[in-house]
Amino acid sequence: MIGRVFPLARPTWPGSVPRPPVRKALGLAYDTDWARSPGARAGRAAVRDLVAAPLLKVIAAPETRGLDRISHLDEPAIFAANHASHLDAPLIVSVLPARWRDELFVGGAADYFFDTRVKAATFAFLLNAVPIERQRVSRQSARVVETLLGDGWSMLIFPEGGRSPDGWGQPHTRGAAWLASRTGLPIVPVHVEGTRRILAKGSRTLRPGSTVVTFGRPLRPGAGTDARALAADLEQAIAALADELGSDWYTARRRAAAGTTPPLTGPESRGWRRAWALDERAGRRGRARDRWPR
Amino acid sequence: MPRPGFVLEVDRSTPPILTWHGEGFRLEKLPAGRSRVIYAPEPLEPLGDPDEEIRQALLNPLDCDPLPTLLFPGMRLTIAFDDISLPLPPMRRPDNRQRALEAVLDLAAAAGVDDVVLICALALHRRMTEAELRHAVGDRVYDAFAPSGRLLQHDAEDPNALVHLGVTDQGEDVEINKRAAESDLLVYVNINLVAMDGGHKSVATGLASYRSLRHHHNVRTMRHSRSFMDQDHSELHSSNWRMGRLIAASGVRVFQIETTLNNDAFPSQMGFLQKREWEWTARDRATYLATTRSLALAPPRTARSIFQAIKAPHSMTSVHAGEVEAVHRATTAMVYRQQLVPVEGQTDIAVFGLPHLCPYNVNSIMNPILVMCMGLGYLFNLYRGKPIVREGGVAILSHPTPWAFNPVHHPSYIDFFEEVLADTTDPVEIEKNYEERFATDEWYRHLYRTGHAYHGVHPFYMWYWGAHALEHLARVIIVAGSPRAVRRLGFSPASTLQDALEMASDVVGRDPTISHLHCPPIMIADVE
Repeated sequence: MIGRVFPLARPTWPGSVPRPPVRKALGLAYDTDWARSPGARAGRAAVRDLVAAPLLKVIAAPETRGLDRISHLDEPAIFAANHASHLDAPLIVSVLPARWRDELFVGGAADYFFDTRVKAATFAFLLNAVPIERQRVSRQSARVVETLLGDGWSMLIFPEGGRSPDGWGQPHTRGAAWLASRTGLPIVPVHVEGTRRILAKGSRTLRPGSTVVTFGRPLRPGAGTDARALAADLEQAIAALADELGSDWYTARRRAAAGTTPPLTGPESRGWRRAWALDERAGRRGRARDRWPR
Repeated sequence: MPRPGFVLEVDRSTPPILTWHGEGFRLEKLPAGRSRVIYAPEPLEPLGDPDEEIRQALLNPLDCDPLPTLLFPGMRLTIAFDDISLPLPPMRRPDNRQRALEAVLDLAAAAGVDDVVLICALALHRRMTEAELRHAVGDRVYDAFAPSGRLLQHDAEDPNALVHLGVTDQGEDVEINKRAAESDLLVYVNINLVAMDGGHKSVATGLASYRSLRHHHNVRTMRHSRSFMDQDHSELHSSNWRMGRLIAASGVRVFQIETTLNNDAFPSQMGFLQKREWEWTARDRATYLATTRSLALAPPRTARSIFQAIKAPHSMTSVHAGEVEAVHRATTAMVYRQQLVPVEGQTDIAVFGLPHLCPYNVNSIMNPILVMCMGLGYLFNLYRGKPIVREGGVAILSHPTPWAFNPVHHPSYIDFFEEVLADTTDPVEIEKNYEERFATDEWYRHLYRTGHAYHGVHPFYMWYWGAHALEHLARVIIVAGSPRAVRRLGFSPASTLQDALEMASDVVGRDPTISHLHCPPIMIADVE
């Protein structure tokens, strides 16, 4: 599905050209405190439970796995997931147990979700989104996020920094691991499968399908844990969850132990071979569709 | 801080006491001044991070090398685990077995072990269904092992899957699962709900054949186990320990994992079941009334479905791993910490309210034989030191005791009830005249091996389980049970508890002392 592109859509901003300063009240500076007021929380819960969750059940038919791995957690946690679609965040929120769902905020890219007042207010209200930077942790966003985590809120973050352009994962940034090592809170690896088929990046049409959300065993940062190592562990853990879905749990554990877990980022090759490999991965999961039209 | 167990002396201001009655409850007024109610300790604090605790237990085992050093590529690894009889009620996911299995398999994966087989240690119990296995081991483990035939259920009647390891100095045959015996390492994953569970009993009973089990599952052993909850005074345990030591001496390397649970047995919606009656809130009272009224209107099948659907919020309180006896000592201390209630002396009468569930009717019917086993085998034996009722006293059980059986799970029970109990209820006579025929019956054997039936000899073991109580008590009365079924059991039916107390006065006089064991949650009366 080809999405709306320039000039129908707004042009993308070249990385080499410095952006003009955004207005202070938007982007990272957008104040989302109002979205955690009792009124906003009640409204969000109503929309989530009465509209979003039933809708997602129809559109995405989520199957949840691995909640038993976090059943013993009685503290806030940082949920870190792979990211392939705008559906990921609402889907994960809809399947989370109530004790996290009701006190969860989502790290949203400041340059995408908070660039206009309407978008900022919408995402702050619907997802309790908090602006963060994609590639690094700025002092301002870190302060807000740490305060919220310290107040008992849990966080949903996508360490890839944005949605996958081709279905394979992207290298992780270290934001989630850095926050965990700063706060001492556990990171829960989450793997979401199937959302891209429903709403891929660039697509504007929903194609109902089935999804699987798998929660992994929490990673606990110890004293003096290196954020870099923790980030690598997190990436490995999410890759192992994907492998678990594609093969079986023990095979995935064997491969993880041997360091041969297929990476989320896919093969090194380019172009059609990556897409081909992605389809093969789906085939291994027993969902292969006919390659040729009948 | 959880409160310890408590013995309430009943006075005139004591409210009626909740008494379990199968798939329902009754509130019973006990005579003031000579009755006492024994309450279980409150649930202990659970482990904060059970997965990490299990991992630490495997890395730092008791009297044994760390598990990773016992694992190597090319080895044969067998992991056995307890069946559906534990815990009670079945616990919410994730089950302790799942947590422990995943921890062991994680280490096995890291060591590059390919030849791994999981065996459900059924002994002579019924085979579990896929849903039951999934609940116990978790979907991840099930999906990784069952499709390739590496998740098995022990078959005590498969001559090709058993190996005879020898005979103990007391002449007891030791015959256990061949794959387990011939593995480089046998890991056994336990859930130790009561002090009777675990230790050498895990392998020597759970993976044994009838030829082996008959040496300790018999009337003599049961009568000399006083009680099953006190392994130092239990012939059942002595026999299993002899067998376990022979198993170790014959070269089977066992790595034991034992986990304990707190007695948080019922979900918060049924919180009144965990409370002392005088502490019931308005909500508890409303819940009780709503529950009992609706259960009274519900057909038995519906009520049974509701109760069988209960999943206990049990939490893990400890995990120990390593050498069997060292592990079991530590585990037993933990079980006692949760369940022991000091009780002073015995009384003339013991009142036991029987719940809907015993180890052998999970997802099934509590038939009259299981009622006897639950009352006189299990609840009567929840003691250390002496029974709560004196020798020559009376036990009053409360249960509907329907003349009803699950023909899939309990086929030989039906014939036992119809044929054997119609002839005699004396355990010695039953053992002598009928056991072998039922144990070797080809049809029962077929149903056990291919269906979901308990072994043909199983109802005999249930009867033997109560043999010590039958010898100890002068009379057994069942309140509000089916009179026909109760009489077939050889007991006396009574309509109400007051009638039962009146009937008991023939044996224990007009002013007997009474103990009421407020169980479940499970406790062990430590009787001085």
